[in-house]
Amino acid sequence: MTNPIQSLTKSVTVNDNPFMKPIEWLSLALLVVVILVVLPATLDAFRLNLVGKYLTYAFVALGLVICWGYAGILSLGQGCFFGLGGYCMAMYLKLEASSIENTKIQSTPGIPDFMDWNQITSLPWFWKPFQSLPLTLILVIAVPVLFAFVISFAMFKRRVGGTYFAIITQAIAAILTILIVGQQGYTGGINGITDLRTLHGWDIRTDSAHNILYFVNGGLLIGCILIAQFVKKSKLGRILVAMRDKEDRVRFSGYSVAGFKVFAFCLAAAFAAIGGAMFTLQVGFMSPSFVGIVPSIDMVIYAAVGGRMSLFGAIWGTLLVNWAKTSFSESFPDLWLFGLGALFILVVLAFPNGLAGIWREHLEPRLTRRVKALRAPAPAIIPQSAPAE
Amino acid sequence: MFGEYSLGDLSSIFVMQGFAGLILFSVYVLMALGLAIIFGQMGVINMAHGEFMILGAYVTYLCSTFFQNHLPALFPIYFFLAMILAFMASGALGMLVEWALIRHLYKRPLDTLLATWGLSLMLQQAYRSIFGAREVGVELPSWLIGSVQVTDSIEIPINGLFVMAVTVLITVGVAVLIFRSRFGQQVRAVMANRPMAGAVGIDSEKVDRYTFGLGCGIAGVAGSAFTMIGSTGPTSGQLYIVDTFLIVVFGGAASLLGTIASAFSISQTQSTLEFFLSGSMAKVLTLLAVVGILMLRPQGLFTLKVRR
Amino acid sequence: MNAALLPSSIIGANPDAPEYLLAVDALTVSFDGFKAVNDVSFYVDPNEIRVIIGPNGAGKTTVLDLICGRTRASAGSIKYKGQELTKLTESAIVQAGVGRKFQTPSIYDDLTVFENLEISFPRGRSVFGALTFKRDAQVRDRIHEIAETIFLKDQLLERAEFLSHGQKQWLEIGMLLIQDPELLMLDEPVAGMSVGERIKTAELLNQIIVGRSVLVIEHDMKFVEDIAHRVTVLHQGKVLSEGSMERVKNDPKVIEVYLGH
Repeated sequence: MTNPIQSLTKSVTVNDNPFMKPIEWLSLALLVVVILVVLPATLDAFRLNLVGKYLTYAFVALGLVICWGYAGILSLGQGCFFGLGGYCMAMYLKLEASSIENTKIQSTPGIPDFMDWNQITSLPWFWKPFQSLPLTLILVIAVPVLFAFVISFAMFKRRVGGTYFAIITQAIAAILTILIVGQQGYTGGINGITDLRTLHGWDIRTDSAHNILYFVNGGLLIGCILIAQFVKKSKLGRILVAMRDKEDRVRFSGYSVAGFKVFAFCLAAAFAAIGGAMFTLQVGFMSPSFVGIVPSIDMVIYAAVGGRMSLFGAIWGTLLVNWAKTSFSESFPDLWLFGLGALFILVVLAFPNGLAGIWREHLEPRLTRRVKALRAPAPAIIPQSAPAE
Repeated sequence: MFGEYSLGDLSSIFVMQGFAGLILFSVYVLMALGLAIIFGQMGVINMAHGEFMILGAYVTYLCSTFFQNHLPALFPIYFFLAMILAFMASGALGMLVEWALIRHLYKRPLDTLLATWGLSLMLQQAYRSIFGAREVGVELPSWLIGSVQVTDSIEIPINGLFVMAVTVLITVGVAVLIFRSRFGQQVRAVMANRPMAGAVGIDSEKVDRYTFGLGCGIAGVAGSAFTMIGSTGPTSGQLYIVDTFLIVVFGGAASLLGTIASAFSISQTQSTLEFFLSGSMAKVLTLLAVVGILMLRPQGLFTLKVRR
Repeated sequence: MNAALLPSSIIGANPDAPEYLLAVDALTVSFDGFKAVNDVSFYVDPNEIRVIIGPNGAGKTTVLDLICGRTRASAGSIKYKGQELTKLTESAIVQAGVGRKFQTPSIYDDLTVFENLEISFPRGRSVFGALTFKRDAQVRDRIHEIAETIFLKDQLLERAEFLSHGQKQWLEIGMLLIQDPELLMLDEPVAGMSVGERIKTAELLNQIIVGRSVLVIEHDMKFVEDIAHRVTVLHQGKVLSEGSMERVKNDPKVIEVYLGH
C-alpha cells in the first residue's frame, strides 16, 4: 500500500499544509486543459456529448474516492443517488414538456404522458414541488442527501460497516429499481422519464445547448474536485483515514465516529446527485437502468481503475473505462463483458491503487530521479504527463 | 386488503401460497446455505454465487435435452443425475476460482466482492456465448408434474414436494458435515483461528478450497431446483444474489438455523404478499421489511454475544 | 522513582471525604452467562497510580473496556468525578477526561507521527469543527512539546507504520497526553519492549502522572513495583486482593493464584 495522504515528500516541513501540492496543481491544470480545451476543440458534437455523459459518472467516482477510498465505506448503491438526482431533474423537465398545450390529446391534459396511459387523472403530490425550478434545484441535492443520511445514520449509529453496509446498500439499490419499474404510473416505469425538451424554456436538445451544458458540467466537476480536495486536506480527511485504520482509536480520541462516516457518505451522495442531474440534462432522459446494482458497481470500478485514493485518478479512470467500453462495444460487442470482468479482477489483484498507484509507485519516482539528475547541471522542466494526485 | 376474503379462504390462501412458495424457499435455502458457508465461515463475499447457481441450471438443461434425445427410457430419473452433475460442475468451478482468485484476497473482503463481481460478468458472457442470450426451459418428467389434492381447497404441487425433500436432505447433510465430520471440524478450526489450525497440522489452504467448492456446489444444486420455477438465461442468477445475501445476513451469518429460518420467512412473506399485491410490490415490501429490521438489529436473527 | 515520592496521606485515602476520582461499584458483565467481570469494586483517588494485576483471563482488560465504554456493563456502576459512565458513549467518556491506551499499539499507520498527534488534539471534534480546524501555532507548539516528551521529535514527519514497536507504544501514550485526561488508563504499556525502552517508559510515566490518576494493567512485576501506589489483584473476574505492593505480594491468596498451579 502506498501512503495516501502525505506522499513521501520529506521536504515538506511540518509548518505548511498547503491546499494543494505543486504536483496536484499540475494535475488539476492538466485536467482543466483536457476537459475544457482539448476535448471541445477536437471532438465533434456527438462525441463531446458522449464525453459529457461519461463525466457525469465521474461525479460518482469522485464521491466514492472520499467515501470508499478515504473513509473505507464501500457503497454498492451509488446508483440510487445518481438516479434520484437525475429523476428530480427529469421530473421538472417532464412537467415543463407536459404543458396543457403539448398534451391536449390526452384524456387528462397537463400531466406527463405515462401517467395518462396508466389512468392517472391528477398530478401526484410528490410531483408538485417539481413545477418550480428553484425548488427542483434544491431537491436535486436535498432528496438524495436526505436519503443517504437516513440510511447511513441508522447503520453507522449501530456500528454496521464493511461488508454488511455494502450488502445493505446493494439491497437498497435493488429495491429502488424494482419500485421505480413497478410504479409505472408515477415514475414512467422501465422506460424511465423520456421525451424531455426544455429547461425553463431553453431547448436542451440542440447542439449548442449540449455544448453549453458540457461546459457547465465540466465546471461543476472541477468545483466538486476542489470541494473534495478541501475535505481531504482538512483534519476531517485525516480523521477519515484514521477511522479506516483504527476505528476504536478514533472513538477513544473523543470523536463520534458515526457522524464522520455519515458526512462522508452524504457528501458522496451529493456528488452523485449532481452527476445524475447533469446526466438527465445532457442525455435527455432518466431511467431505472442507471439506478440499480449493475450501474452502481460499474461506478465503483471507475474509481478503482483510477485509484481509490486519488481524486484526479477517479476522473481519468471513469473516462478511460467508458472510452474502452464505447470502442470495445462498437467493434466487439460480445467481448465487452469479458473485458470489463477481466478489468475488475486485474485491478483488484494486481493494481489495488489503480492508475494513480501505478503513477505514484513506478512513474513518479523514476521521473523525480531523472529530474534530479537533470537539475544538477541545469534546471529542467517538470514533466506533466500521466494522471496523478 | 384482506377484507373481501373469509377466514377459511384466508387460511387456504396462506397454505396454498405457502406451498407454491416451496420451490422458491428451497432455491433460497440452497443458495443461502452455499453462501452462508462461504460468507459466514470464510468471510468472502461471492458476488458470482448466482452464476454458480445458473451453471447448475444449465447442466440440468443439458441433461434434460440429452436424455430426451438419446436415452428417453431413462428420462424419468434424469433429474437425480442432473443434480449430482450440477453439484460437481459448480463445485469444481468453485475450487478452480478459489485457487486462481479468492485465495489471494482473504485479507481484503471488500476486494473479493469486486473481483467476484468481475468473475460474474465473465461467466454471464460465457453463458451467453455458449447457450445464447435466449432463456432455456427444462422438460420435466411426467411423474413430477401435477399436484396432490389435500382438501377441496388446498392442493400441493408434486415438484414442490420433491425439491423440498432434496433440500431437507442436503441441509441435513451439510449440518452433519459441518458439525459431525472431521472435515467440518477442520473447517471450523480454520475459521476460528487460521494460524493455530495451521500449527496443529491442518492444511488450511486445502480446507479453504474444499469449503469454497462445497458452497458453490450447493449453489449448483439450487440451480437444478431453480429450473422448475423459471427459465434459465445468462443473467438469471444476478436476480437472486441480492435476496440471497439478505437472507444470509438476516439469518445472522454463520448460523445454519438462522439461514433456514430467514429463507423461510422471506420466501413465505413474499409469496403470500404476491397473492394480494403485484409481484414487484410484494418484493419491494418484503425486502424493505428485511432491510428495516436489519437496520434496527444488524446482527441478524441468530447471534451470540461474544467477548471482544 | 517510586511511590515514596508522594505523600503517604494520599495513599491511605481520606475516609471523611470520599472524593474518589473513579469509583467502580459492584461491576458485573456477562457474555452468554459467562461472567468475565463479577461484582468488582475499587476506588481510585486523584493523583493515584493504580496497577491492576492478575493471571490471564482474570478480566483486567474487560474492566478497562467497561470504564471507557467499549463494553457495556450488565450491572453495577462506574462513577468518574461523580458522573455515571455506564450510560455515556465512548466519545463522551473521553471528553469527560478519561484516556485509554490499548494493549497492542493502536495508532494510525497511514498517517505521520505529527498527524497522529494532531488528531488527538482536543479541539475540532465535531464534523464541522474538523472541517474548519486550523493547524495554528498553539497546535504546533503542543505537538512539538509532546513529541519531545515521548522521544519522537525527530520522527514527526515519519509515517507511523515505520516506527519501532516501542516507539509506537510511546506515540500512543503521546496521543493520550495531548488529550490531557485526568484519568489515564494504560493496558500493558511495556509489553514487548526492550530493557532500555522499558526504563525510558517508566521515566516517561513518572513524568506524565503529575496532576492525573493512572490506571495500569501490567504483568512485569519489577515495573509494577516501580510505579504502583496501590495494586488491585483480579482473579477469575473478581477482586482477590488490594493494597500496597508489599501487602499484596505477601497475601497467601495471591501467592496461591500465581504459584499454586
